[in-house]
Amino acid sequence: MIEYLRYLGAEALDFLGNLGRASLMWGRALSGLPQWNDIGLLMRQIYNIGVLSLVIIILSAFSIGAVIALQFHTQLAKFGAEDAVGVGLAMVLLRELGPVVTALLFAGRAGSAITAEIGLMKSTEQLSSMEMMGVDPLRRIVAPRLWAGMLCLPLLTAIFNVVAIYGGVVVAVEWLGADPSSYWIGMQDVVELWEDLGKGMVKSVFFAVLVTWIAVYQGYDTVPTAEGIGMSTTRTVVLSSVMVLATDFLLTLSMYGDFG
Amino acid sequence: MVDEKSSDNLIEIRGLYLKRGRRVVFDGLDMSIPRGKITALMGPSGTGKTTLLKVIGGQVAPDAGEVIVNGLDVCRASRAELFELRKNIGMLFQSSALFTDMSVAENVAFPLREHTDLPDDSIRDLVLMKLNAVGLRGARDLMPNELSGGMARRVALARAIALDPLLLMYDEPFTGQDPIAMGVVQSLIKRLNHAFAATSLVVSHDIHETITIAEQIYIIADGKVIGHGPPDHLRSHDSSLIRQFVHGTPDGPVPFHYPADELNFDLLGEVSK
Amino acid sequence: MQMRTIEISVGAFVLAGALALVFLAVKVSGVDLTASRDTYTVQARFNDVAGLRERAKVSLAGVTIGRVARIEADMNYGEAIAVLELNGQPGNLPLDTGARIVTEGLLGARYVSLSLGIEEDYLTEGDMITDTQGALVLESLIGDFVTKMGAN
Repeated sequence: MIEYLRYLGAEALDFLGNLGRASLMWGRALSGLPQWNDIGLLMRQIYNIGVLSLVIIILSAFSIGAVIALQFHTQLAKFGAEDAVGVGLAMVLLRELGPVVTALLFAGRAGSAITAEIGLMKSTEQLSSMEMMGVDPLRRIVAPRLWAGMLCLPLLTAIFNVVAIYGGVVVAVEWLGADPSSYWIGMQDVVELWEDLGKGMVKSVFFAVLVTWIAVYQGYDTVPTAEGIGMSTTRTVVLSSVMVLATDFLLTLSMYGDFG
Repeated sequence: MVDEKSSDNLIEIRGLYLKRGRRVVFDGLDMSIPRGKITALMGPSGTGKTTLLKVIGGQVAPDAGEVIVNGLDVCRASRAELFELRKNIGMLFQSSALFTDMSVAENVAFPLREHTDLPDDSIRDLVLMKLNAVGLRGARDLMPNELSGGMARRVALARAIALDPLLLMYDEPFTGQDPIAMGVVQSLIKRLNHAFAATSLVVSHDIHETITIAEQIYIIADGKVIGHGPPDHLRSHDSSLIRQFVHGTPDGPVPFHYPADELNFDLLGEVSK
Repeated sequence: MQMRTIEISVGAFVLAGALALVFLAVKVSGVDLTASRDTYTVQARFNDVAGLRERAKVSLAGVTIGRVARIEADMNYGEAIAVLELNGQPGNLPLDTGARIVTEGLLGARYVSLSLGIEEDYLTEGDMITDTQGALVLESLIGDFVTKMGAN
């Protein structure tokens, strides 16, 4: 019993320590930026984090849009309400699936890559040697990745939504023969700029901060061995996914919170 | 401060005490490293020689004691002061630590770009000069993964001297090198120290290579300095520990065996218990 | 990878993201960038607005001409007041215009349907529509039916 309490205490202290160090890293990395000569570094990271994630985002978005349109269509056809497919799809995407699924894919594709890269830099003493050259790795390595991540995920989310809606068009309109004008006009009538699109993008910004922060910190704090990097990379994906889903619930509750 | 800056010793370490977990790494270490000379830091593996370099560079904070480098107490310095000091320190890491996403020339140019406002063509000229000094001017467009271990180390060396530092620190520069590369590094350390009028600090346990270039040697074991002086002086030292180390005999005061029970007890362990 | 290629693809990526956002705003949430934002509000008093929501559409002969801006309860009379935001300038809806709450399809959303009156004066900002028919509440219809059957 006492042993268990001691273990719990140690875990709690460890957690608090990690949180403290992660916040410190966050603060230090983002203070004093952006400077103009760091633009090149930011470019490269946007390329690594954003551009290279495009393929997986587009492929997943298309199939998710298509599948949802198919499901909605078969269910709604029972009530003769096929015209509502566009509305349903747009609402589900903008409010929930777009931000969440993009964040999960982003954690798997870009988050793990960030962790592995920084972890490897640490284990090959690149971070250490940079520090010994009087160059702050938080500014040179960590900060561009944080900024790039926070910029890229909302953009990827917007692209995801558009592609998924087109996936829906392909299935519902081109294939199942729904009326294209009611598909679009139904959407435009019901979807609200701030209530649906705006709040979804706000979620995406939250997720961006969360996932990049976790990824960078896990890399920076890794145990510099092959095993350690592997563990950190796994932790990045698991932790970001869980945190994204948990945060999503809280955000939904606080933004659309008139549930009585 | 001014007096200390102009004193003969670039580095002064007094009463250094550092604990890592339960293990005491340094237990009251004193050391002074004179300007303009090559000082070697030797000792058995695992005595914290690399850690000592990190303490001098301000990357590891000791639990007690003071470390004064070029007049700055690194244990009490602010982050900004430390980064300022580090511009005057070149360090060669054991793993070379080249930035893997940059070419050889970009690696050498890195500290110049970060710390100076020189125009691009001046940086290019400087980089070529530094690479020429280590004999790798022709390899400037290669990527680090295309280099052999010895070449990588020489590139790292060129990068370390890019800003003409006051202090050059070498962490195990001879380990894992073939005999020719070892000779090259050896003569480079000597030549560079002379050419830049820098102070060099070499951490190594390759006794023969080190002894031929060092002008002063410190031997540390068990967290303390157990002997120091010019190489010749140490070869005929009174202490058997130092003689064992300098001559490289396998067993002596530093035992061959990690502490353990007698062998026959261990083998018959099950029975005797 | 050449820096130039990176810069070009990053530029294209950021542009694509921005365009996607614009697309979502215009094509999906139907923000009309060209329409004039001229609107005026009138009120309509209903005995029951059950199922009518804010932002529901207001239509005339099936054409959307405005939205429900607010729904309030009038505590004095136990009625509901819906504030309707109508597009354009006042001057084409007669004073005795009627308002009905109807349902789109069998299970669709409720909206307000207007029907023109014959007065020569027109509704202006803040006027009240009194000729109204509230929402049909299925439960009360059934209740009425059962009572009538019982009476017979």
